[in-house]
Amino acid sequence: MSDRAGTGDSPLVLEHEDRPELRHHFADVVQQRNAASLGMWWFLGTEIMFFGGMFCGYLVYRRAYFPDFAAGSRSLNLIAGTLNTAVLICSSLTVALAVRASQLGKRKQLVNLLLATIFFGVCFLAIKGYEWRDEYIHHHVPTFYFDAHDLVRENPNLHLDPQHTKIFFSLYFALTGVHALHMIVGIGIFSVITFMAWRGKFNPEYHTPVEIAGLYWHFVDIVWIYLFPLLYLIDRRPGA
Amino acid sequence: MAEHVDHSIDHSEHIGTSGFYWLIWAILIVATVLTAWISTIDLGVFNTVVALIIATCKASIVVLFFMHVKYTSEKMTKAVLLAAVFWLLLLLVLSLADYSTRYAG
Amino acid sequence: MATAAVSTERKNYLNAEYGIRSWLLTTDHKRIALLYLISITFFFFVGGFFALLIRLELLTPAGDLLTADMYNKAFTMHGQIMVFFFLIPSIPAVLGNFLIPMMIGAKDLAFPRINLLSWYIYIIAGGLYLHCLVSGGVDTGWTFYTPYSSLFSNTHVIEAGLSIFIVGFSSILTGLNFVVTVHRMRAPGMTWSRLPLFVWSHYATSIIMLLGTPVIAITLLLVVLERTLNLGIFDPSRGGDPVLFQHLFWFYSHPAVYIMILPSMAVISEIVPCFSRKRVFGYSFIAASSIAIAAIGFLVWAHHMFVAGISLYSALVFSFLSFLVAVPSAVKIFNWTATMYKGSVSFSTPMLYAFGFIGLFTIGGLTGLFLATLGVDVHVHDTYFVIAHFHYVMVGGAVMGYLGGIHFWWPKISGRMYPEAWGRLAALIVFLGFNLTFFPQFIVGYLGMPRRYWQYPPEFQVYNVLSTAGASILAVGYLLPMVYLLWSLRYGKPAPDNPWQATGLEWRTSSPPPTFNFEETPEVTWEAYEYDTMPMPDEVTLER
Repeated sequence: MSDRAGTGDSPLVLEHEDRPELRHHFADVVQQRNAASLGMWWFLGTEIMFFGGMFCGYLVYRRAYFPDFAAGSRSLNLIAGTLNTAVLICSSLTVALAVRASQLGKRKQLVNLLLATIFFGVCFLAIKGYEWRDEYIHHHVPTFYFDAHDLVRENPNLHLDPQHTKIFFSLYFALTGVHALHMIVGIGIFSVITFMAWRGKFNPEYHTPVEIAGLYWHFVDIVWIYLFPLLYLIDRRPGA
Repeated sequence: MAEHVDHSIDHSEHIGTSGFYWLIWAILIVATVLTAWISTIDLGVFNTVVALIIATCKASIVVLFFMHVKYTSEKMTKAVLLAAVFWLLLLLVLSLADYSTRYAG
Repeated sequence: MATAAVSTERKNYLNAEYGIRSWLLTTDHKRIALLYLISITFFFFVGGFFALLIRLELLTPAGDLLTADMYNKAFTMHGQIMVFFFLIPSIPAVLGNFLIPMMIGAKDLAFPRINLLSWYIYIIAGGLYLHCLVSGGVDTGWTFYTPYSSLFSNTHVIEAGLSIFIVGFSSILTGLNFVVTVHRMRAPGMTWSRLPLFVWSHYATSIIMLLGTPVIAITLLLVVLERTLNLGIFDPSRGGDPVLFQHLFWFYSHPAVYIMILPSMAVISEIVPCFSRKRVFGYSFIAASSIAIAAIGFLVWAHHMFVAGISLYSALVFSFLSFLVAVPSAVKIFNWTATMYKGSVSFSTPMLYAFGFIGLFTIGGLTGLFLATLGVDVHVHDTYFVIAHFHYVMVGGAVMGYLGGIHFWWPKISGRMYPEAWGRLAALIVFLGFNLTFFPQFIVGYLGMPRRYWQYPPEFQVYNVLSTAGASILAVGYLLPMVYLLWSLRYGKPAPDNPWQATGLEWRTSSPPPTFNFEETPEVTWEAYEYDTMPMPDEVTLER
């Protein structure tokens, strides 16, 4: 199946009549599915580089301003962060089970699992929103009455520079903000997929959109799997 | 060139059992709790290393089992993934190499 | 449009449907290619307008035509428009879109609707940039260096940054389409080793588009956030690091120059064998060199930062790697030359552009090595030497390849032959005008004239006058094809399927092709570039 060339002349017309989801420039649904899958994997590759640029900035500044980053990290809500990580893992489970349901043609189960995924996604955003609100109240949101002097006072031995701490929070909000945007887009995509599933568009022969939407969702989960330790767990040792 | 194979169902597609996916979920949850807990123990510089190792294990598990990379016959999928990760490492390593070698000697 | 002279019954992609909706909602890769052709030509003229302002100002040592601020805007927008809205899309979006499916025997690209989407993204981004322009423009230099762009500039940095952020996605989607198409849509028998080198080069280009563009996207986004929210991540007085911006910016923008040159090399790889009537020399080396350029091209970016404060050790490493990246490019030059050796060479318009490319790209590439040499770079960094270097590769290289490709495939695209005598004349004018414009810039840069300055010491004037004179001639050379190519649409001789007797699947279908490219999906049983079995082209075709 990998990289094989098309299957030649006429099968196109016949396939077309049987398979309305087959687009005219593909020879058969397998070629179409393989193209969609490779396309989505490449898109995820671009996303790795997109987030990667921010990771680069984060690493450079963490190295330069470690105490400030550590203090900022400690001020984040560890429970919320851990809970959110678990929520996303649950959502990845429901996605994997949903893809399985679509492979087996179980429409009702598929719809329920897709709805569960959306539910977990919304939970994640809600918890994140709660955290951000909390950070806003504590004046840790850059530009919006930002004031890191509380952290400076709490860590007298570290001699923190509030401007360096602000860089931590800028990157924190940039990273989690862009991540949240990706979650919102993911929820939007899954809403469409759920609607299509409910209308019975998927079956064992054709469930490509479920698969590739699933790939996207898992990727967003993986980004968070890295964000969690990098942002929340910089230095949580006792006495730090 | 046209083979007499039913191209309507891709028989190379792997279908996992739901039990297996639940097992993966459990491993990921345990790893999450573990990573949060270990961060509270003093391992010196290895705190970061361990955290990233656990994160990479979790990410690999998601990629291999939830995203079916373990079961795919598509070499391109693995190639794209490895290429992107490698490219990211290029960006990170070469940039950090500049910063780490300043003021040396 | 091709009408009376072509058989009125024959349906092709141009006359298959009429009306503006059939063009604006098309998913036919060939129509999308033409949409791009019109758009990028428009932006070429906008960018060219700013070049005109620059060269007029530089006729005299005093700053007497523009104010200093206006001059900053002129060179900034000249650069940004030419790089992001002309060069980067040019060959891939026009010739790549048009030809790649045909070259591999496919009916269309893998994702035709995404192809159309990428054009709309380009248009939206272009519109936003034009709005930025008319609102007062941007003056940061095309490179957006911080903290000037993030803090101090009073111009429309956010709009410009956002528009380039958006146009990046057009590039990413094009690259995505090409890669998946080449992997999944090849006709039976079209193995990787039979692919035209045009496809190999575009494949390598697409890898760069996919892996590099997202980094500049996030970087510009950070600058926009910095500017709107006053964050300080690039402000040295608040612990920010401008060099970090440069690392992130150049991580994309250096490979971007390979996005601009590889497609042009793709064109040359098709033209040279055809007009030497000879199989290309060292096919696998040329194919591999495209991949090598793409890969090594990602390892050299800090050679733009030698004097920015990076560590000496990393500078040494990047200097060495920059020498390395010249090797695959040289391989191509040698192989094209070897292809011509003992071939039956004809001086058709596309071949004249190819000759121009080979000579001018060699000069541009060699001067790149001078710049990669640390000691030399300290002296010529930020002088006109750099400007001459990159214009030699981007204009003498990329644009010549683009024009050569437009001429080579014009019969296929339009169904008409362009007037050969005018074609050759324009090619010569471009070559002469180009050299007169940019060679003096090597000299004046070496003598110390800085770039981005609108005043200069009087002893540099003679070189600037020569340069401006050359630019006027170059402009004529660019305008001529516009005129005669448009003329040919109505009055040009109807083109046969294969006027140049070239190999390649695109020449086995009609000129212009039908909407689905081929009447029947081809089955390939022959190797690429089998010129020994091809007849010679019609004498009349070549000499018209």
